Amino acid sequence: MVPFGGWNMPVQYPAGIISESRSVRENCGIFDVSHMGRIEFSGTGAVGFLDTVLSASVAALKPGRSKYHVICNERGGIIDDAIVYRLDDERCLLVVNAGNADADLEWILPKAEAFGDVSVDIVTGQTGMIAVQGPRAVEIVDGLSGGTASGVRRFRVAEIEVAGIACLAARTGYTGEDGFELMPPADRTAELWAALRKAGCDECGLGARDLLRLEAGLMLHGNDMTVENNPYEAGLAWTVNLDKPGFIPGEALRRIAAEGTGRIIAGIRMTGRAIPRHGMAVLEGDTVVGTVTSGTHSPTLDADIGMGYVARRLAAPGTAVEIDIRGRRVTAEIVELPFYKRPS
Amino acid sequence: MNPEDLKYSKEHEWARVDGKTVTIGITQFAAEQLGDVVYVDLPAAGASIAQFAKFGEIESVKTVSDLFTPVGGKIVEVNGAIKDNPEKVNEDTYGEGWLLKIEITDAAQLDGLMDAAGYESHTAG
Repeated sequence: MVPFGGWNMPVQYPAGIISESRSVRENCGIFDVSHMGRIEFSGTGAVGFLDTVLSASVAALKPGRSKYHVICNERGGIIDDAIVYRLDDERCLLVVNAGNADADLEWILPKAEAFGDVSVDIVTGQTGMIAVQGPRAVEIVDGLSGGTASGVRRFRVAEIEVAGIACLAARTGYTGEDGFELMPPADRTAELWAALRKAGCDECGLGARDLLRLEAGLMLHGNDMTVENNPYEAGLAWTVNLDKPGFIPGEALRRIAAEGTGRIIAGIRMTGRAIPRHGMAVLEGDTVVGTVTSGTHSPTLDADIGMGYVARRLAAPGTAVEIDIRGRRVTAEIVELPFYKRPS
Repeated sequence: MNPEDLKYSKEHEWARVDGKTVTIGITQFAAEQLGDVVYVDLPAAGASIAQFAKFGEIESVKTVSDLFTPVGGKIVEVNGAIKDNPEKVNEDTYGEGWLLKIEITDAAQLDGLMDAAGYESHTAG
C-alpha cells in the first residue's frame, strides 16, 4: 500500500503489475478508484457556470453523456484533467484527480459563488467507485445487471442496478479498453467488489492502471502535464471549445493556439534496452531537446515506451533520439500516440 | 521463506557458500518490493569486485535499483539466462534467479552478513 492523494492505495495485488495488466487486455480487471474526486454541480446556473471553467462545452452535452476535458487557469495552464457527466438539465458530476481536488476547488469555488445559481457539493465520500475494464467487462456487468449495462453506450452514464446495488454506471475508463466506472453507495462498494470478483474479474492496482493508461496514450496529470503546460502542447487541443460565453481561459488559449507552442507531447519507443522514466532528458546529439514525463515496460507490445515533451521539429514519428538513462545514452524513436488501440 | 542455509546482506542480496564459490542473488523481499523484473544488467565474468560494491542494475516495471554484492572476489560465472528470462528473479528467487558466482577472496567476509533469522528481523524493521 502507498499513500496516494491522501488515500492508501495498493500498487499491486499478489498477481503483480504485468499479470494484472494482461487481465485487463484479455479478460476483465477491476480497480478501486474510490479516491477519485467527485464534485456535483446543481442549479439553474450549473451548466452555464461549468462552461466558464471547463474546456468542454457542457451546454452542448445532452443529459446522460460525458466528456473528457481540462480545467485551465486564466493563463491557459492545466490545473487538472477531468470527466464531466451531465446527469440531467441542471445537474452535472465532475470526476477529478484525487491529488488535484483541492486545487480544483480553490479555483472553482469563488467563481461559482460569483456566477450564482449553482451549488457545489463534494460527494466523493458518498459513493465508492470501481472501474471494470477489459474485453469481457460489458458481458460481465451485463450478467450482473439483467442485461441493462450494455444499454449504456460509450461515454454515456445512467443509473442501473449491478448485483442488486443501485449504481451510477459510466461507460468510461482509463485503460484503453471498453468497460464501466461504477459508483455504488459507499457502504455497498465492498459488496459490489466481491460480486465482480465472483463473476470473474481480476483485481488490479495502481501500477497496472498506470501501465495501461500509458499504453493507451492517456495523460496523467502531475506527470505528463502540470499547471505549467497548456492543452495545445499537451496534445489536448481536441478537448478545448473556445466558443463559449464567459470561458475564463478563453483569451489566453486563443493566443496560445494562434502563436503555437515550441514543444509538444510525443510518444517515445525505445530501440535500445531500458525503460524511460519521468524526468529523464531527451537528447539529439549533445543537446537536450526534451524531457520524458512517463515511461514503462509494455507487456502488451513487449517494448519500453514512454511519453514526453520534445521540440516540435522533432515530433514527427520515426525521428531518432536518445534518452539519458542515468548517464547512459540509449536510442529511441518518436512514435505516434497511442501505443495501443483495442481491436474493434 | 528465506532459506536457512544462506547468508544475507543489508542491501537484500543472498549468498550461498560452496567452498570458495559463492552464488549470489537478490532476496525474496527485494524481489517482492521490485515487482515484475524486466531487466537485469550484470557485469562480465572475469572481473573482480569488492564486497558490498555495486555490480549492476535491476529494473522492474515499477522502479530501478542498484545491485550490491554481498561478497567480494573474482566473478567466475554470470547467469546468462537471466537476460532473456528476468522473471526468474521473481519466480525462483533462490534457485534459477541467481545472478553471479564469485570466488571469494576472504571467507572472513561472510562474518559481515546475516543469517536467515537476522535478515528476517532486518526486513521486519
